[in-house]
Amino acid sequence: MSIATTPTSRGRRSSLLSRLRPRLLETLTTPHAVDRYLELVDPMMTVDDMRAEVVAVRHQTPDTVTLTLRPTWQWKGFAAGHFVQIGVVVDGVRHTRCYSPAGTAGTDDDTIELTVKAQPDGIVSNYLVASAKPGLVVNLAPATGTFELPSPRPDHVLLISGGSGITPVMSMLRTLVHEGYTGRVAFLHYAYTENDVCYRAELDRIAAENDNVDVLYAYTDQQNGGHLHGFFDTEHLNVAAPWHASAQTFLCGPPGLMKGVRSVFDELGLSESLFSEEFVTAVPVVDGDASGTVSFSGSSVEAENDGATLLEQAENAGLTPEFGCRMGICFTCTAIKKSGCTRNVKTGELDSDPDNEIQLCISVPVGDVDIDV
Amino acid sequence: MFGLSLSFLPFIGSSSAPDTTTSGVDVLDEPGTDGPVVLSYEAVEELGRKLDDLRARTVADLGQEDRDYIFKIIKAQRGLEVAGRGLMYFGFFPPAWIAAVSALSLSKILDNMEIGHNVMHGQYDWMREPGLNSKVFEWDNTCPGDQWRHSHNYMHHTYTNILDMDRDIGYGILRMDSAQKWNPYYLGNPIYAFLLMTFFEWGVMLHDLEAENVIQGKRKWHDVKPLLEGWWKKAGRQVLKDYIVFPALTGPMFVPTLVGNFTANIVRNVWAYSIIFCGHFPTGVQTFTVEETAQETRGQWYVRQMLGSANIEGGQLFHIMSGNLSHQIEHHLFPDLPAHRYPQIAPEVKALCEEYGLPYNTGGFFHQIGTVWGKIFRLALPDRFTGVDKVTGVIIEREKAAA
Repeated sequence: MSIATTPTSRGRRSSLLSRLRPRLLETLTTPHAVDRYLELVDPMMTVDDMRAEVVAVRHQTPDTVTLTLRPTWQWKGFAAGHFVQIGVVVDGVRHTRCYSPAGTAGTDDDTIELTVKAQPDGIVSNYLVASAKPGLVVNLAPATGTFELPSPRPDHVLLISGGSGITPVMSMLRTLVHEGYTGRVAFLHYAYTENDVCYRAELDRIAAENDNVDVLYAYTDQQNGGHLHGFFDTEHLNVAAPWHASAQTFLCGPPGLMKGVRSVFDELGLSESLFSEEFVTAVPVVDGDASGTVSFSGSSVEAENDGATLLEQAENAGLTPEFGCRMGICFTCTAIKKSGCTRNVKTGELDSDPDNEIQLCISVPVGDVDIDV
Repeated sequence: MFGLSLSFLPFIGSSSAPDTTTSGVDVLDEPGTDGPVVLSYEAVEELGRKLDDLRARTVADLGQEDRDYIFKIIKAQRGLEVAGRGLMYFGFFPPAWIAAVSALSLSKILDNMEIGHNVMHGQYDWMREPGLNSKVFEWDNTCPGDQWRHSHNYMHHTYTNILDMDRDIGYGILRMDSAQKWNPYYLGNPIYAFLLMTFFEWGVMLHDLEAENVIQGKRKWHDVKPLLEGWWKKAGRQVLKDYIVFPALTGPMFVPTLVGNFTANIVRNVWAYSIIFCGHFPTGVQTFTVEETAQETRGQWYVRQMLGSANIEGGQLFHIMSGNLSHQIEHHLFPDLPAHRYPQIAPEVKALCEEYGLPYNTGGFFHQIGTVWGKIFRLALPDRFTGVDKVTGVIIEREKAAA
């Protein structure tokens, strides 16, 4: 079965709205976008901007929250394994973060289910776990990603996850079950203890109702209960899916698990059939001597970080970014920092948020930094 | 076009003739004082550190309250705009027409001043709200945002009150400082000022052209072409909206709507001009030379901003309608802090001025605008008829004293 969405009521609504949007409307609201007026009436009533409203909130474990989101009409669905970017306002600042929808892909159900785990110092995750309520409206970007089930489906599927890395593979499992997939599926999930497993009741139900699906829990901090204990190794693999050599394996979890699984698959010569989704957590920042590499990814130039401002380092690398005052007041040199940490030389503040706008003339890189210049 | 820089005309000398004093300021004794204030290098640096600290404390406090504030203003502005456009349908009834023009004027003033000017300064970039991003924001004005960001955010705010660098001194057409050498062209100073006031948005639009440099061949076609394209797109859309589409939508009210929209634009222009001219041209503000500011420290830059700006006193509503540019001194010190914070930090800035013996130029609107127009008329005439400006002199010691 294909995962492509069939025409739904959503499609009809979108074509109606696009007909209702003549150039005239834009002329009337110029220089502001039409949405800048509509959102003041209802933040979910937009022409261009995609948003989503939280319609249900449940806490499966103490440090996670599972949100059900109803997106605006622009939403085109997702494939199992994809991620979406949501923008959430915390203390006046809109932060964007990526999460993988955990729901069944390719259904007519127009909602997005996200499970978010509170991270240490995680501004957005802590806010959502503590404060998300139905009615909260977030910005939403289209689903995207390379981590997905191939079409046609493989003969056997092994899904491995750890912690909140469960969400994209949960989506894969739900989607396979929904499609009536008949191949063998093993779902191997790692958690500290049984209390840290999201979706446990549903996973148990799926395992009970489908002869071809095995669900195994591996606990790293608990010696009884579950199916396996400790960290991933060849034995875990053999217990969970003795047929792993003929399967395609999908993996998502924290860096330790990713590393462990990759090394075992490398040894077995099976790395070709292992597909994984990086489970990104913020890298701790050490503000010390100039080190690392500055990537000006907009022009495919790299330079060794020499501790100067990013504007100077870009110029020394032969680039000509736009600039003005060179003292942080005119905002001409603002550019998007895609990843890494920078320090504002005016205030000493560190900024390690991805996809954040910074002023090149007063920012110095701290370690590896990627700038869209 | 009105507001066009005319100083390319052969009889108009280019501005500065530093024939007054070495500091470029007419340093004269205030009656009853002992002479100009002299600020030592160390005092200026100390003052700079105190201002940095004030900024840091304010930045640390930014949050939901500031977000709520700007969205409240935006909501008010959009509400006034919708009301104004709607009331134009009743333009046959004079009180309704007046109400329509009033609402639309207020909407345009809020759009340009408390929203547009401040958002395009990057004051709300920290919110990371795509609709309020300084790089992409546009305002209800004929001047394209990117050109304004260059002429204003960069040129004016970096080189504030430096003759020949800050093109806001006289906007290329007026004599606003006695260090601009007089010539007969300036006899028309009040007339040019009146036209600039009336058609201010067009003057602002043409500002980045540097017409005199184009005529003199200092600016090439490839510098100018993108400006023209920007004007065509931006001003074209504004004209289409205000003078064709909205009048046409009111059908038989086409002419009253067109005249109403035109009037609202003029009201906005007069108001914006008046507030902005009160920010830098009342009696008492100082100007500087390129030479003395060539190697400025951060502290010296701060002091120049304080000496080159002037405030207007007024109530909360007055501050909002002026985009808080009534706190021009605070704005020039911290152009990227949300403007509605200026009233809050103003007492501290004023106290610092007192501590260091610096003037804190402020006064009521009618007093400040009165001295501005007084200057416009006075500087139309040669200095021998009028005497020179009496400026509270502050001398900044730019070098560390020898040990």
